[in-house]
Amino acid sequence: MPDLEDLYREIILDHYRNPRNRGELDTPPAVRAEGFNPLCGDEVIVYVRLANGVIDDIKVGGQGCSISQASASMMSATVIGRTTEELHRLNRAFKAMMSIEPDPADDPAPINGNGADIKLGDLEALKGVVKFPVRIKCATLSWHTLTQALDEAQTPA
Amino acid sequence: MALDPAAIRADFPITCRKVHGGRLVYLDSAATSHKPRAVIDAITDYYERYNSNVHRGSYQLAVEATEAMELARNKVAQFIGASRDSEVIFAKNATEAINLVARTWGRANLGPGDPVVITELEHHANIVPWHMLTAEQGIDLRWIPIDANGHLDLTDLDRLLDGARLLSVAAVSNVLGTINPIRQLADAAHEAGALMMVDASQYTPHLPTDVVEMGADFVAFTGHKMCGPTGIGVLWAKSELLEAMPPFLGGGEMILNVTKEGFSTAAVPWKFEAGTPPIAEAVGLGAAVDYLNGLGMEQIREHEVALTGYALRTLNQRYGDDITIHGPTEPAERGGVLSFEYKGIHPHDVAQVLDRSGVCVRAGHHCAKPLMRVLGCAATSRASMYVYNDESDVDALADALGDADAFFIE
Repeated sequence: MPDLEDLYREIILDHYRNPRNRGELDTPPAVRAEGFNPLCGDEVIVYVRLANGVIDDIKVGGQGCSISQASASMMSATVIGRTTEELHRLNRAFKAMMSIEPDPADDPAPINGNGADIKLGDLEALKGVVKFPVRIKCATLSWHTLTQALDEAQTPA
Repeated sequence: MALDPAAIRADFPITCRKVHGGRLVYLDSAATSHKPRAVIDAITDYYERYNSNVHRGSYQLAVEATEAMELARNKVAQFIGASRDSEVIFAKNATEAINLVARTWGRANLGPGDPVVITELEHHANIVPWHMLTAEQGIDLRWIPIDANGHLDLTDLDRLLDGARLLSVAAVSNVLGTINPIRQLADAAHEAGALMMVDASQYTPHLPTDVVEMGADFVAFTGHKMCGPTGIGVLWAKSELLEAMPPFLGGGEMILNVTKEGFSTAAVPWKFEAGTPPIAEAVGLGAAVDYLNGLGMEQIREHEVALTGYALRTLNQRYGDDITIHGPTEPAERGGVLSFEYKGIHPHDVAQVLDRSGVCVRAGHHCAKPLMRVLGCAATSRASMYVYNDESDVDALADALGDADAFFIE
């Protein structure tokens, strides 16, 4: 079997033990979305505040396994200060790393390139999850939840 | 005579396989049991020798298939103490059996404000069908709480049952292992004028089942947790109830006559078995019943009480305050299902680490989210035992559990 060390990399465990951007934001101006993994009960809550197309602030709540919570923490640290277009490219690149085919409904806006040009940075540490297929959903839960929150933010009230 | 798990393992071909280069330590029989050679052979034999549809053809193969399926119904009826074979309805699983009752008896007999009583330790299969009837028909769903030891708290039972039409309870909790006082509950339900349904999915594989002794009106269970194949479950109900209930699914097999104007239903049990039934699965379930009878249900229960006691002692001695095992502390009061939390490490991560040693446990909410909320946790790890498990499996679990520290404990 693949080594557990590939799954539980030190940087992942660090994000799990010391999650970044943990908390809540006032809604509005922020939007909130909840994501559940119905199989294992993992739960991720994302608060995101946009200003001029930039992710101005993001907070994460919820509970779950090390992979779901570390992935949410790493995501929050990566996307803060990014434009929504960059975020969609990151999302696409992350899903590609997780061996997930791009879903057009996921990022409806036309995007240049396939996301291969964008640097995933620390998120690369989650690459080992692919070797444990049942855990892929844990890693992608926070990204699904963030895109859900952004859809809500961009829907006129 | 006590069970010999080593000899029993020889009956189960899957126990020969290696996982990650090591021995398979299967502790997830509450999710599904392994299948003995006799069951696998019975299914193969049907497909190889007399594959044909039932209750239709007049040729030799069809006669044999029909006889085999009805013999399986007879075996199941005997196994659970049913007085008539026709009281055994084959369904897809226990979930479908419970839904059958909700959709037929429930739709015909329940209206706005009619109380249906369930408990906090139910599986989603015995919750969601009633939520659906709450949404559609406005029934009043009531919950019997549990106490700190994972037993039902019956203090308010009389009030909860006041005016109730149905009490529906798991005989054994799939999370806590708690064995519920079914006879006492059935008597209380009947006293209050309610019917009694038992979800016996975690009971029938492990303890001698007598539906009459239970005092039940409906009993649902599934085949695949009792050495049978997937895709077949059972609803047992009293004949007079089945006669009065409207049919479930409409189609072939369940009719007596069909005209342009309408239809009339076949006799019980076929009235509730629309379409080609799970024939191979029924034959396999019959073989599973034979297999379990060969071991002896009393002996199976004795084995599991002893093994559960060993598991509770071993895990508690080894890990002390670092492990929390939910549910009753007395092996005699519970089934061989141990839900636990270890050092605050998420159960999904615990299960992942255990897998490296070939130890299969379930992690998650076990389809019992309301119970998880009562227990104050989002998920647990669950080790569950059956006839092929022995002390070496418990030892393997205990040995592998400590491996999680390397990743999650600083």
